[in-house]
Amino acid sequence: MDHSTSQPPRATRARRGRVLGGVCAGISAHLGWSVRVVRAAFILLTLFSGFGLVLYAAYWAWLPIDDAGEDASTREEGRDLAGALGLGALAIGVLLLMSVRGVELFGSWVTPLVLVGAGVGVLWRQSDDARRSALLSDVSASARATTRTAVRRGGPRILLGLALVLLGILGVVASQGDFVASLKGLAAALLAVVGLCLVLLPFVLGWWRDLAAERRARIRSEERAEVAAQVHDSVLQTLTLIQRSAHDSDEVVRLARTEERALRRWLYAPVGDPAATFVAALESEIADVEATYACAVELVHVGDVARDERVDSLVAAAREAIVNAAKHAGGAVAVYVECGADAVEVFVRDRGAGFDPADVPEDRLGLRESVVARMGRVGGSAHVRSQAGEGTEVSLVLPAALGARSVT
Amino acid sequence: MTGSTGSTGSTGLAGGTSLPAGGARVLRVVLVDDHRLFRAGVRAELGDRVEVVGEAGDVDEAVTVIRSAHPDVVLLDVHLPGGGGRAVLDSCVPELPDVRFLALSVSDAADDVIGVVRGGARGYVTKAISGDDLVDAIRRVADGDAVFSPRLAGFVLDAFSSGTVEVDDEGLDSLSPREREVMRLIARGYTYREVARDLVLSVKTVETHVSAVLRKLQLSNRHELARWAAAHRIV
Repeated sequence: MDHSTSQPPRATRARRGRVLGGVCAGISAHLGWSVRVVRAAFILLTLFSGFGLVLYAAYWAWLPIDDAGEDASTREEGRDLAGALGLGALAIGVLLLMSVRGVELFGSWVTPLVLVGAGVGVLWRQSDDARRSALLSDVSASARATTRTAVRRGGPRILLGLALVLLGILGVVASQGDFVASLKGLAAALLAVVGLCLVLLPFVLGWWRDLAAERRARIRSEERAEVAAQVHDSVLQTLTLIQRSAHDSDEVVRLARTEERALRRWLYAPVGDPAATFVAALESEIADVEATYACAVELVHVGDVARDERVDSLVAAAREAIVNAAKHAGGAVAVYVECGADAVEVFVRDRGAGFDPADVPEDRLGLRESVVARMGRVGGSAHVRSQAGEGTEVSLVLPAALGARSVT
Repeated sequence: MTGSTGSTGSTGLAGGTSLPAGGARVLRVVLVDDHRLFRAGVRAELGDRVEVVGEAGDVDEAVTVIRSAHPDVVLLDVHLPGGGGRAVLDSCVPELPDVRFLALSVSDAADDVIGVVRGGARGYVTKAISGDDLVDAIRRVADGDAVFSPRLAGFVLDAFSSGTVEVDDEGLDSLSPREREVMRLIARGYTYREVARDLVLSVKTVETHVSAVLRKLQLSNRHELARWAAAHRIV
């Protein structure tokens, strides 16, 4: 057993491989026994004046549903019906067996009770599905269609369950006395239920509203707590730092820029994983360069690609070009990234003094060599365009590797 | 309007009169932003190169001020109490077609930007823009041209490149190769003049291309545009 987790794993009801409520499948998964053994145990227990059935119902009511491993695609429409038919056949078989053993089927309480049991089973199963749909619709709006389907499919099932229960109750009542009297009794009971509903309606509605209001309030307060945490961790800290280093304008710009970037990412940006995609990786490099060189780098991108070794080389080359622009030109650096079908292109543009290509300073040459060489190794190319007084633009092109990418 | 002699743009402007500067009319501008501090900053940066004839801090105030002042250009914040910049556009554009709107925003959210541009703004710049560039952008917008920041150009390229949809009759759903080139250079941080030099075109032609793209952005009813903008906010 895993000792690092303080909580022992909880038993759940399985959705996968369930026949009725998923109790047996869930218990077998929890204990590591075969499903057949668990099912046999329940059937055996049932023979002791129905103890197994009661136990099963109790587990059904108390064990939570496990939704893992279940999605729409793993559910087969036909299986539901097949399962229901199988269970029905089983129930009829058991009834017949009992009649052979001398238990009177008609006019006794046995058949009606089985009917009630079947109705309750159908209803409970339906409530599982309804809860699952509600869960889904919380997660995404697109699941609303799923909910609608569930309701449409659920309607007949609820009716069927209610009809079975009603029929069963009717049977129990009828088995005790004459039929007409029992019908009258049922009508009286129905009236009582309707009256009770009318009396309780305002309370239930009010309770429902309170619940919804409380839920809204809780969501709001959670959101507020999240915002407060973000503001405290970042904005307030940064403002304090800015006050302390008010004399150093470079530092103030650096702090403000870093904070702006963090806040922007939190508010608007897609939560890209720097380990996964090119643009996210480049963005984190840019954040790093900005923090080091106190300059503003504006990244505009069209499209994105997944990272691989070649793309990583492009990130490194782009970083080098951006660092150079930040070091030599300062001010604003514009980075444009376009990920097309046949190439990834990066343009790094600064508004510095620029230089005459004929009169290249030593470190600029270094940049050119390192960037050009790096791009060359992965089959790409790099160009530096500069004119005195016009700023500099470094363009990097990485063609899509046709052979390499199609092979996984 | 013709220029009178004696005054230049460098002299301090006083009162509500439009003084000519270098032969061009001094543009009358209304600032709409809910942050007073930001309005003061912009006003100081613009100096006397344009005439700020009014300020507003929310949608209702903005509509009132724009109606009474009838400026040449409105600098419009995307996020405003009372419905946002879009609400100002919706109530002013049909009624005052000769007032031009330039959206000014800190927001990077695509649907904010696309929203105001489709609402009738002639351009979109970020609040980090320098004073000189802002004056330049205001002049351009007043002349009926469009102003695209690199980011907006990137948005346009992204929105119009995603997927291959069949082109409708008016060609609103795709960019011409030339327009695409212009957008790419603007996204790379080129000024209109640099774009013109790079593509061996006149600045006027570049402006024409950008205006055509703006029109497509405003009129295209391709579903991708809305879906794309929505997706970029949620993702």
